[in-house]
Amino acid sequence: MEEEWDEGGPEVVKRFMYVNRKAPYGTVYALEMLEKVLIAAAFEQDVHVVFMDDGVYQLKKEQETKAINMKNFSPTFRALEGYDVEKLYVEKESLEARGLTVDDLVVPVEVLSSEELKGLMDKQEVILTA
Amino acid sequence: MKFGILVNEGPFQHQASDSAYLFAKAALEKGHEIYRVFFYYDGVNNANKLSEPQADDRDLVKLWSALAEEYKVDLVVCVAAALRRGIKDDILAPGFRISGLGQLIESGIQADRQITFGD
Amino acid sequence: MLLHTVNKSPFERNSLESCLRVAEDGAGVLLIEDGVYAAMDNTQVSDLIKKRMGNVKFYVLGPDVDARGLGNQSMIDGVESVDYAGFVDLVEKHSATQAWV
Repeated sequence: MEEEWDEGGPEVVKRFMYVNRKAPYGTVYALEMLEKVLIAAAFEQDVHVVFMDDGVYQLKKEQETKAINMKNFSPTFRALEGYDVEKLYVEKESLEARGLTVDDLVVPVEVLSSEELKGLMDKQEVILTA
Repeated sequence: MKFGILVNEGPFQHQASDSAYLFAKAALEKGHEIYRVFFYYDGVNNANKLSEPQADDRDLVKLWSALAEEYKVDLVVCVAAALRRGIKDDILAPGFRISGLGQLIESGIQADRQITFGD
Repeated sequence: MLLHTVNKSPFERNSLESCLRVAEDGAGVLLIEDGVYAAMDNTQVSDLIKKRMGNVKFYVLGPDVDARGLGNQSMIDGVESVDYAGFVDLVEKHSATQAWV
């Protein structure tokens, strides 16, 4: 990839936050968001990924997409750790509103209340949403 | 100040790309710099020179090209999103170029503020 | 402090509600596109904004209000109208922008 750094790491490390608020498959936003997360990791930025509202459905276990002609991209979330993307957060209120618990999710995440999320969001330098 | 802009929608489905254009124009007229406008998802359709809006409609493709020419704005179309939608070099309007998603991240790093317009 | 932009009608989507759930006191919220409907007074959803008025600063993009025939409708007290140049100023003066698309 043209973006990779020679040695010594990147000159600038910014706090990037990706806020996922859309369910998978019904629209393309969730899939292409994941591509953006992977690229930011290649740039060695300080990446934070938040799932809230219908975005929490992206992480639901047992997705079976063959019969709708779509690629199941939920396993990719498990691969994020290999790209040093380890800061995954789920908003507690969104999870509970959908009757889900962390046991329903494909990856380990940190569950934050909206109050806790406020402070984390306010520290970000670049916020990308979909 | 340097602004980076992300455009996620095309010109014929959603207001987002008009909002992005008007924001970019206002910023430039105030003397700011647009570091880059990055077109993603259906936003890549903003670069299609084959599009022919009706006579009483605004032509956003031409407006972007004019903005790029007047202010030397870097208009970058995401290669993966573009190829899926049949947008290739030979149908790019003047001022646009196709490149990787890394250009968006670089914009986030280099610009003082990064702003998204989408659906 | 962040600037939040909301472009969805509050009658159709929960974007504004979610935005306000995580918006810090002192943050700015700019309503654009179909988001401007939330700024109108005497609607079923006016309370969304009224409840945070005073600790969050609300703005509305004037050209989007006028385009929707709302120029003469009464807006919730305290919502400030800006043009595109004002939009640019808001992005400049806040630390980062979050779009609730």
